[in-house]
Amino acid sequence: MTDKTKRGQLSAQTRTIAAQTSASGSRPPSPDRRRFLTGTAAAGAAGLLGSGGALAGNPDNLPPNVPDWSRYLGVGVDANPYGMPVEFESHVVRRNVEWLTATTESSVNFTPIHEMDGFVTPNGLCFERHHGGMAVIAPEDYRLMINGLVDRPLIFTYQDLLRFPPESRFHFLECAANSGMEWRGAQLNGVQYTHGMIHCVYYTGVPLKTLLNEAGIKTSGKWILAEGADSSGMSRSIPLEKALDDCLVAYSQNGERLRAEQGYPVRLVVPGWEGNMWVKWLRRIEVGDKAWYHREETSKYTDLLPDGTARKFTWAMDAKSVITSPSPEKPVLGEGPQVIKGLAWSGHGKIKRVDVSTDGGINWQTAKLHAPVLSKSLTYFTLPWSWNGEEVLLQSRAIDETGYVQPEMAALQEARGVNSIYHNNSVQTWLVNANGAVDNVRLG
Amino acid sequence: MSVSVKRSLAAAAVFLLAGSAALAEEGKIFGLGTVATPEQIAAWDIDIRPDGQGLPNGGGSAEAGEEIYEFQCAFCHGDFGEGIGRYPVLMGGFDSLTAERPEKTVGSYWPYASTVWDYIYRAMPFGNAQSLSVDETYAVTAYVLYLNDIVEYDQVVDQSNLADIEMPNAGGFFVMEGTEFEPYEPCMSNCRETVEILGKARVLDVTPDDGGQAPIE
Repeated sequence: MTDKTKRGQLSAQTRTIAAQTSASGSRPPSPDRRRFLTGTAAAGAAGLLGSGGALAGNPDNLPPNVPDWSRYLGVGVDANPYGMPVEFESHVVRRNVEWLTATTESSVNFTPIHEMDGFVTPNGLCFERHHGGMAVIAPEDYRLMINGLVDRPLIFTYQDLLRFPPESRFHFLECAANSGMEWRGAQLNGVQYTHGMIHCVYYTGVPLKTLLNEAGIKTSGKWILAEGADSSGMSRSIPLEKALDDCLVAYSQNGERLRAEQGYPVRLVVPGWEGNMWVKWLRRIEVGDKAWYHREETSKYTDLLPDGTARKFTWAMDAKSVITSPSPEKPVLGEGPQVIKGLAWSGHGKIKRVDVSTDGGINWQTAKLHAPVLSKSLTYFTLPWSWNGEEVLLQSRAIDETGYVQPEMAALQEARGVNSIYHNNSVQTWLVNANGAVDNVRLG
Repeated sequence: MSVSVKRSLAAAAVFLLAGSAALAEEGKIFGLGTVATPEQIAAWDIDIRPDGQGLPNGGGSAEAGEEIYEFQCAFCHGDFGEGIGRYPVLMGGFDSLTAERPEKTVGSYWPYASTVWDYIYRAMPFGNAQSLSVDETYAVTAYVLYLNDIVEYDQVVDQSNLADIEMPNAGGFFVMEGTEFEPYEPCMSNCRETVEILGKARVLDVTPDDGGQAPIE
């Protein structure tokens, strides 16, 4: 075998061949590394503890050797006109829970929030929730109608919308049913599944107020109906006050045009309110004087209480947080220094503080909030921590700028029972086992 | 001295101009878009309200709807609205809303008949939406209501009477007043005496196994 610590020993011909091989991308990834990164090797979490969490790589690539990538040319530009994540990150994907729904067309998948460093969700990882499959609409075939109690019913083309003064903001979108499977007890063993119906991107679009003003709202107008162009004709009533406050008719996310699964070419952004109202493939806004009471605001997205009555119009997403690492997908790999990482958010404004407990809520420490801390946006928090190898119960608790404190499940159950499905913003508990594996548990 | 006065006047003028520009921006009409024609609006404005606003001319009975239902709906919802697999149950569940496992159906939960009409017309049948005619929609609506003993088999549901149909759970919804939990300063140390684990998700074993979570052994 070549002694790679010796420099300059390859002939020019060998170098060229090596460069070509490299350029064609034929070099396979290290199987060991792949196995570890895809998580299956995390089964050996216990075994890894002895070595302090060090990974077994290819010795040829480790010091004192000089690896191939330090010797030969890498792939040139334009190999991937639209760049994708490196192959070693191929495990970072949206996932679904098949038994949840009857079909994939009316279903949901989950954002891998345990892989997010920071508060911005990459566009391709934003969870999907469709009610009639993903519509694919060419921009030239797109129209937005505004009608009802307006002076001038209007139709906008996509190009029309691009000509209005835009506004850009970060906002989280959380499905009202996020954590909805956890009401009766710890059910899904993964933070992607318990908390992954959320994403946070940077939207650009036209303030809805601008478009409504263009049509001229009659004084009798009190509500709007937002309606989608997909085969579910998604429709939600929104009070006019909210429509004029901070809603956006968005065409861009994270600096590029919307993904089809997020409503391309145009979706409604309803900051801080439940995701179902953020109508995708937005085709029509009607102004009216009363709510419409359509399916998604009666049969669904109402909160059934133990006495048989149900809360309606529970639009805002209350303050919530979750530790994303450690988590069932992110076991603790060794004793000693760690960082507890997580996300917090509130539909009522900014996150003021996040507290973290490592003993199941007996004692709490305040975590660091990473800038920027924005209103109705995800906020990234971290807390340095040292693990002693014993069982530990991790929790986080968010407090928003209104002073609202994220409740424990016992308090939520006392207020709402266990059948309200939506708006479970309770404190999540992770059990770190002695071998470093992490479990979703419910505390008494 | 006069120079400084002039300067401050000029500054004030600039400030005023900026102010009026900002005012003009607020509520400005850009003149973009085209006026929607009555035909365009009529074709796209399909929404119905509980008071009947939006209902088109037409009607149908459960008798007329039964065959349409069997052909268009029963494959997913079952012959009697019992639901196939995980598709929605449309019928029954009365008095179950306080039960351990509530059954929220059109009959037991939906507050308005207009919602049934609206949803069928805009989104059903699943995969072939907006294919039912107005009369077919009235008929299928009547059939689903009939399955829940809300209308008679031969009763014609139409534009004039749909809004008057009283649904069993019409009074079941309310708007929460105030906030659910008042702000408070949470405890930071010695907040509880004991901690007990009531349950583990791992024991249930309903998590997809490609999720990357680490096995415990």
